[in-house]
Amino acid sequence: MKLLIKNARLLDPATETDKKGSLAVAKGRIVAMGRKPNDFTPDKEIDAAGRWACPGIIDLGARFREPGLEHKAAIAGEARAAAAGGITTVCYPPDTDPVIDTSAVVELIHRRADASGRIRIHPIAALTRGLAGEYLAEMAELKEAGCVAAGNAGRPIVNTQILRRALEYAASVGLPVFIQPEDSFLRNNGVAHEGAMSTRLGLPPIAETAETVALQQALLLVEQTGVRAHFCRLSTARSAAMIGAAKKSGLPVTADAAVANLFLTDMDIDGYNTDCHLIPPLRGQADRDALLRGVADGTIDAVCSDHQPHDFDAKAAPFSLSEPGASTLEVLLPLMLERVQRKAMTPLQMLRCLTAAPAAVIGLESGTLRKDANADIIIVDPDRSWTVDREAMLSSGRNTPFHGWEMSGRVTHTILGGRLVFEG
Amino acid sequence: MTADNIQLDDQGRLKHFLSTEGLSRQLLTEILDYAESFAGVSGRAVKKVPLLRGRTIVNLFFEASTRTRTTFELAAKRLSADVLNLNVDASATSKGESLQDTLHNLEAMHCDMFIVRHNNSGAAHFIARQVAPGVAVINAGDGRHAHPTQAMLDVFTIRRHKPDFESLKVAIVGDIMHSRVARSEIHALKGLGVNDVRVIAPRTLLPAAIETLGVQVHDRLEEGIDGVDVVMMLRLQRERMHGALLPSENEFFNTYGLTEKKLRAAKADAIVMHPGPINRGVEIDSRVADGNRSVILQQVSHGIAIRMAVMAMTMGRKPGGEEAEE
Repeated sequence: MKLLIKNARLLDPATETDKKGSLAVAKGRIVAMGRKPNDFTPDKEIDAAGRWACPGIIDLGARFREPGLEHKAAIAGEARAAAAGGITTVCYPPDTDPVIDTSAVVELIHRRADASGRIRIHPIAALTRGLAGEYLAEMAELKEAGCVAAGNAGRPIVNTQILRRALEYAASVGLPVFIQPEDSFLRNNGVAHEGAMSTRLGLPPIAETAETVALQQALLLVEQTGVRAHFCRLSTARSAAMIGAAKKSGLPVTADAAVANLFLTDMDIDGYNTDCHLIPPLRGQADRDALLRGVADGTIDAVCSDHQPHDFDAKAAPFSLSEPGASTLEVLLPLMLERVQRKAMTPLQMLRCLTAAPAAVIGLESGTLRKDANADIIIVDPDRSWTVDREAMLSSGRNTPFHGWEMSGRVTHTILGGRLVFEG
Repeated sequence: MTADNIQLDDQGRLKHFLSTEGLSRQLLTEILDYAESFAGVSGRAVKKVPLLRGRTIVNLFFEASTRTRTTFELAAKRLSADVLNLNVDASATSKGESLQDTLHNLEAMHCDMFIVRHNNSGAAHFIARQVAPGVAVINAGDGRHAHPTQAMLDVFTIRRHKPDFESLKVAIVGDIMHSRVARSEIHALKGLGVNDVRVIAPRTLLPAAIETLGVQVHDRLEEGIDGVDVVMMLRLQRERMHGALLPSENEFFNTYGLTEKKLRAAKADAIVMHPGPINRGVEIDSRVADGNRSVILQQVSHGIAIRMAVMAMTMGRKPGGEEAEE
C-alpha cells in the first residue's frame, strides 16, 4: 500500500529535520521525506495539517508480561496500548517467566509480536541463566535468535566476579549490556526514597547509594572489560553526574530514565499511594530536576516508559506489600510534550530521546524518517488536550500514577512498516 | 490530600484513629479530656459504662501482642461492647488469602470497628479505605509508621504530671528508626504545642531527615537529656544486633541505657517513661524503671482510658454528651 502524509510538520531528530512537507511510504518503507515524488500515486492520503509527523517511538524498556504473567497483561493487548501511545518498537526486559535465557522464549515473543501486527519487540537476553546471577546465559545463541542486548532486568548480579565475567562475555559476543544499577545490600528491604517522606510514612528506605554504589562499580567494570554499556532507569542526580563524567572520559556508555521519575517525586507517595510505588523509587525534587536537565542536555540519552502493567490486586495492598511499577505506555509521549510546551526542550530535542537516541543504543537503523528507513511513523496533534482516565486506558494495567492529569498532545495515527495500526 | 485526612469526617471529627499526625491541638486535647472522664471508671466496683452496648469490635492482630491487645479488649468491655479477638497468622495471608479477603470476610459478619495491628506501614490506612461507611478503624501499630493510642496515653501521662506543654522539654531515646511509637509521640507532642522535642540515638538507629518532624537530634544521651522534663525510653528489639545496627546490648546499655547517674542530667523532677515491655539492663536500669521518677505503670493503666476515649469518639460518641444514655 502506498501512503502519503501531507502538510505535516516533519520532525526527525536523526536528520535534524524540522520543516513542513510530505512523507511518501511504499512497501513498508519511506520513499521520500519533504516533497512528494512526481510519479508517486498514493492509495491513501492523510492530511496532517497542524500536526507533526515523527518517527515511531523506540522504548528501551517495556514489560508486556508474556510469557508467564498473563494475568497482568499480554502482548496483543499491550501492543494496542503501545500503538495508541505512538510506540512502535520496544525493548523487552528478560524477567519473563520463563526468563529470556533460551532462544525458545525469544521466538515465542517474536511470534506473539508478529501476530499482534502492531509492534516490533526486541527481547533483551538475560546476562545470567534465570537472572540468578550465578551462571552465564547462552548469549551467543540469544543474539543469534534476535536479542539486541543482554541485561539484568533490575535483578542485581551480587557477585562482582560473575558480573565482570558476564560483561566480558557479552563484549566478546558483541552484545551491548543493559544494566539497572542496584546494590542489593544497600537496597535491603527498602521500598521508598530515603528522606523526609519515607521517615514520616515509616517505609523502609532506599538510600541514594543503593544506586550510585552499584553504578560506580559497574562503570569501573565497563572500563575494564570494554563492553558497550547502557545504564537503565537512573533515578538520582548523582547518577546523572556520574554518567556525564564517564562519557567525558570516553567510556562507551549511554543511559536512560523512566518517564515517571521525570514527572513525580517522593512527595507523590504520600497517603501510601501504591500507584507511585516504583523501583527505582521516586526520589527528591533535586533528583528529578537533575534528571530533567540530564535529558535536556543529552547526558541521559533516552527516556523510556518502563511500562509495568499490573492486575488490580498487585496494588491493592499496604505499600510495602504492593508490587512496584506503573502502566505508562499511553502517557510517555504526552508527558514529554509538556517539556516542549514549557520550552524546556525543543521538539527535536524531546523527540531525539524517544527515537534517534534509543535507536543508537541498540544499533537500530530505524527511529528516523530518512529515505529507505522502515516506515514506522507517528502523527501527533501537539495541541489536543485530554485527561488521563485509568478506566479509559487500553493497557490491561490500570496502575497509573497520572490518573486525572491534564495532558496536551496526543497521537492521532501510528504507522508500523507502512501499515496504519492506530488511528484516534 | 495528606495521608491523615481519611481519619476525619467533613466536620473534622474522628471517624478512624490512624495517626496523631495532622490532628489539631483542640482535637488532641478533646481526646485527653474525654479519657480523663473514663479514668475513674476503672476504680469503680462496676467497671462499665454502656456507651458501646451492642457494638461489635474486632481486635485484628496480624502481629503478636499480648499487652496492647489486652488493653484494647479491656477498654472495649468497659464500654460494654462485644469483642472478638483475631490473631491472623501471617502465613494465612501468604497462603493466598489477601488482606482484602480477610477483611471482607470479617465485614460480612457486620462488625462496627476494627482494631488493627500489622507489621507493614500503612496497613491501617489501607484497611480504613476498604471498610464500609460507618465502620471505624483504630491503628494499634502499623510497621514503623504509627502507634497513635500509645502516643496519646503517653501525653496523657505527661499532662497529669506536667500540664504546661509549651514549656516542656522532652527527650525520646533509643531505636527511633524502627519505632512507630516515637513517630506518633513526636506528632502528638508537637501538635499539643511542645516546642522542645529531642531524639537521642546512634546514627544507625535514626531515620533520614528526622529533623523535618520538628525535633533536634543528639548522638549522646547525657547531652540530649540535659535539662529535660520527660525522658521517654524506647524498647530495643533484640534483632537490632543483626544487620550491623549495634555491636551489643552491653555497649548499647553503656552508651544509651538510662541509669540513675545519667538521669542526673535531666531536671530534678523529670519523669521517666517507657512504652513497654522493658528490657532491663538494655535500655533502662531496673533502679530507674522501678524508681520514684518512673511513671511506667501509670502509662499502662492510662492506656485503658485513652483507648476507651478513642473508641467512643470514633463511634460517634461525644465527650459529655450521651454518657447518660439508658
